[in-house]
Amino acid sequence: MGAEIHHLASNQRNPGMVFHPEWVEGIRVNRSAVERRIATLNARRTVKKQWQAAWLLKAITLIDLTTLSGDDTPGRVQRLCAKARQPVRSDLLAALSMENASLTTGAVCVYHEMVPVAVKALIGSGIPVAAVSTGFPAGLSPLETRLAEIRASVTAGATEIDIVISRRYVLTANWKALYDEVALYREACGEAHLKTILATGQLGSMTKVAKASMICMMAGADFIKTSTGMETVNATQPVSLIMLRMIRQYFDKTGYKIGFKPAGGISVSRTALQYLVLVKEELGNEWLQPELLRFGASSLLGDIERQLEHFITGRYSAANRHPMG
Amino acid sequence: MSVAEIFDTMNYGPAPEDASYVRDWLKEHKSGFSHYIGGEWVKPSPTAYFDDTNPADGKLLAKIANGSRQDVDAAVEAASAAHAKWSALAGHTRARYLYALARLIQKNSRFISVLESLDNGKTLRETRDIDIPLAARHFYYHAGWAQLLDQELPDYQSLGVVGQIIPWNFPFLMLSWKIAPALAAGNVIVLKPAEFTSLTALYFAQLCEEAGLPAGVVNIITGAGKTGAAMVEHPGIAKIAFTGSTDVGRIIRASTAGSGKKLTLELGGKSPFIVFEDADLDSAVEGLVDAIWFNQGQVCCAGSRLLVEEGVADELIAKIKQRLSHFRIGDPLDKAMDMGAIIDPVQRANIDKLVEQGVAEGATKWQPDVPMPEKGCFYPPTLLTDVSPANIAVREEIFGPVLTVMSFRSLDDAVALANNSRYGLASSIWSENINRALEMASQIKAGIVWVNSANQFDAACGFGGYRESGFGREGGREGMFEYLKPKHDWAAKGDVVIAAPDPVGRSEMAGLGAIDRTPKNYIGGKQARPDGGNTATILNHKGEFAGRVGQGNRKDIRNAVEAAYLNKCWAVRTAYNRAQILYYIAENLSVRADEFTARLRDLTGASKAKAEAEVKASISRLFSYGAWADKYDGQVHTPPVQNVALAVKEPIGIIGAVCPDNAPLLNFVSLMAPIIGTGNRAVMIPSERYALIGTDFYQILETSDLPGGVVNIVTGSRDEMAKVLAEHDQLDALWYHGSAQGAAMVERLSIGNLKRTWVNHGKARDWVDRTTGEGRRFLREATQVKNIWLPYGD
Repeated sequence: MGAEIHHLASNQRNPGMVFHPEWVEGIRVNRSAVERRIATLNARRTVKKQWQAAWLLKAITLIDLTTLSGDDTPGRVQRLCAKARQPVRSDLLAALSMENASLTTGAVCVYHEMVPVAVKALIGSGIPVAAVSTGFPAGLSPLETRLAEIRASVTAGATEIDIVISRRYVLTANWKALYDEVALYREACGEAHLKTILATGQLGSMTKVAKASMICMMAGADFIKTSTGMETVNATQPVSLIMLRMIRQYFDKTGYKIGFKPAGGISVSRTALQYLVLVKEELGNEWLQPELLRFGASSLLGDIERQLEHFITGRYSAANRHPMG
Repeated sequence: MSVAEIFDTMNYGPAPEDASYVRDWLKEHKSGFSHYIGGEWVKPSPTAYFDDTNPADGKLLAKIANGSRQDVDAAVEAASAAHAKWSALAGHTRARYLYALARLIQKNSRFISVLESLDNGKTLRETRDIDIPLAARHFYYHAGWAQLLDQELPDYQSLGVVGQIIPWNFPFLMLSWKIAPALAAGNVIVLKPAEFTSLTALYFAQLCEEAGLPAGVVNIITGAGKTGAAMVEHPGIAKIAFTGSTDVGRIIRASTAGSGKKLTLELGGKSPFIVFEDADLDSAVEGLVDAIWFNQGQVCCAGSRLLVEEGVADELIAKIKQRLSHFRIGDPLDKAMDMGAIIDPVQRANIDKLVEQGVAEGATKWQPDVPMPEKGCFYPPTLLTDVSPANIAVREEIFGPVLTVMSFRSLDDAVALANNSRYGLASSIWSENINRALEMASQIKAGIVWVNSANQFDAACGFGGYRESGFGREGGREGMFEYLKPKHDWAAKGDVVIAAPDPVGRSEMAGLGAIDRTPKNYIGGKQARPDGGNTATILNHKGEFAGRVGQGNRKDIRNAVEAAYLNKCWAVRTAYNRAQILYYIAENLSVRADEFTARLRDLTGASKAKAEAEVKASISRLFSYGAWADKYDGQVHTPPVQNVALAVKEPIGIIGAVCPDNAPLLNFVSLMAPIIGTGNRAVMIPSERYALIGTDFYQILETSDLPGGVVNIVTGSRDEMAKVLAEHDQLDALWYHGSAQGAAMVERLSIGNLKRTWVNHGKARDWVDRTTGEGRRFLREATQVKNIWLPYGD
């Protein structure tokens, strides 16, 4: 075991670890203390003026611009991809002297059927296509089907796969089964990056969220992600704090950096800034880049555009002034 | 800095709060702030002002009136004049004033927050989110007490003029803790803010004007130690409420001794922060941030001693260092700061001195490599590891952002280390095991226990400490008693100290019929011959020889206190068990009722009927405290967070009781029974004149299943015994009934360990009357409240 627990200077991809049940046994989370930390953190940090503008631009680069709807069509996805390539009006970027920053969103996230359309629409942009997979959002289709779905999306050109874990394994504390499942998903991903969705709103307690996070990383996850966006409760700051602490713990144990993706409910600039503060405080600036942080969001970008225009002009902006995605 | 640069570095920028309108207010008072006396702004007499500076930049903020003795006299006079009317107002009317003040604080909360931050150097985040909202909460809560007082505490009345001296670390919050309950109870106030931080108190005086508070009800006097001393010594002040250092607390205790002034002292602390291996360590680190890096560690209840279970010590220390590596220290008005400025260069030098002494004694100092402001009075968060319990940094209150770290092996070890302190204010316990947390909470000697949290405050939960952290509580029902006195207490006439008649006739050997009885002291459950080997003669009411008792000395007291100390079982016996023993004592007294009746008649000359009545009342009294033993319950508070706070009534420990002479059997029982019924151990000094009653009584105790050391009886000279008891640092409280001079002596000499005293100031008590002779009044003196905060949620 000792050989695999070492610190890496470079940003190597997490290979996963053998199953270490003792890594989750000692995990303890005190919910009221976690909630107090969040309450005070939001009051302890703030960014104003050009700092706020810069941080909001950073947030854009972290967005997984997402459409996951039964009525998605190629046209709809092409429009979204165009927005991903050019998320902010060029005159606004010029006013911020950021016109040469080649600002794009972090990725475009779609269902498997839309992967080829998105891949084609994004050629040359460097923007990755992420596919939700494994019977998203419930994850209750046959295991073979789920694995086949991953392989199909990778073949179609998705370089990031957002899988959903089997919540029942967490609820029954069957950590080995969860580990095996995620390890199989990782294997099926090959070179594609694995983002494991915990559906934290369905896991019952904060301790379970922490333990599930640790198991997923141990089984080879590149990202841990809060929610599908379909649960009653999606990303929350307290849950995010716990997942970030587990990422830190995994890094301390193994030297591998795991990414974090809160998803669902992050729709305004203020919330996005609070998440950036949270990640900066818990994990440091290194994590404030698309390789390690993403927002699963569909309407956040629109709010950020309006805030940026307000910063530049001093006037409150309107939605119809910004090109839709 | 350009957007592009920030985009790359993702640094924080400045986020200053606008203070211009507060500075405008200060400009309006450029010529100097006056005192607020009798509803008027009164210039100091003689004219004297001192400078008030902003610790964050050292710049002058204002000139403040330096209060003289005359100024204090004027304020006390104005307050006195307002008392009759104010205290006679209907509770509802007082409630409306308090409510108006609460609303005014809320409506001006940002102004007060900014002013406080400027004056004190603490971060705006703390004044805005903690200090000022809590201050408003205190006025709301106590508006409620004003409303309910008549119905809830009908047998109590206000004290009169209350002198309040508050510290600089939470100027406005401490003002609210002091003023709100005092006003609710119907008192009038002379308050002196600390000289470093007078401004928000003066602003509060403006709010009093705006609320239409009657002139003289609240008076604000500014000044330094001398002004405070004038208040402490002022004969027109009925009570001093002080929050500050233990050293000054001692001076105040000594200075008010014998004056009859009621006193509450909220003093220093060296509070333990205990982390078990099954704690949520990341959350414990944030708890430490709240505990010791809150208000730059200038907090009396700061968790300044980290005790961590050995197996997770390295991990926790690494996490703390990691956490501190991105601490932000600087401009207190910047909304993104973790720590602001230290109050004054003097305080900063004190902190540094203690830290360096700690290092000289072997501590390893660690401070994070974070940017520090170039100007102003700042001190970095500091960890001291490799310390032993003997290190000065572990023993002394540093009152700065300095945490000492020690490890422990087991719960018992943690208890021992936690309690190895002269202080006992607060504590914090981190464990996910509720059994462990509550076991620890029950064993810790501190007035406040925060489980899995730190520095939580609410007006409904009493705040105050054990041991040298002071006495009295602020907040909650228990806090109301500090500003009230019973309507029926010491007022009864009668002799407390009864002189023996001149000896006549009958010599000791004259009655050679009975076998000679030689009463001894009763110590540790055994009869013990007095150390000095001397005895004193007790005469009956005619002056004839009645018997001999031991002539107790220092060493007898030492032995009695030691025997009490060694008894560890009594406090943890069930209340049911203590009740049974009290009933058993009553039963045994009843069996020997005739003998005690005869003894009383012979000694005191009481009629048969009167002596019988005293014995009967004594039996009844034992029943009363048997009854109370399992009924004097604590409370469960529900502060406005997801939390329950258990207000547990705990015994104080070892209480000495010096008995008066009137009703010698009944007063002995009336003092002993509440002490032991609530789980304390007693050192009883029976009536000096009728000491045979005390020595007769131990024969009853011997047959009543009372464990050794719970009650110890030493006979001897009242004031000699009282002196030794008052000076004994293992004794936790002393009740004295004797002369006014004796009472003053007891108060004056109690300062060694700041033991709680309850003295009669030379007045008598009617022991027979149940309203004055027994009940909650006695139980309250025998107990202290520990508030255990239990947040919940999974």
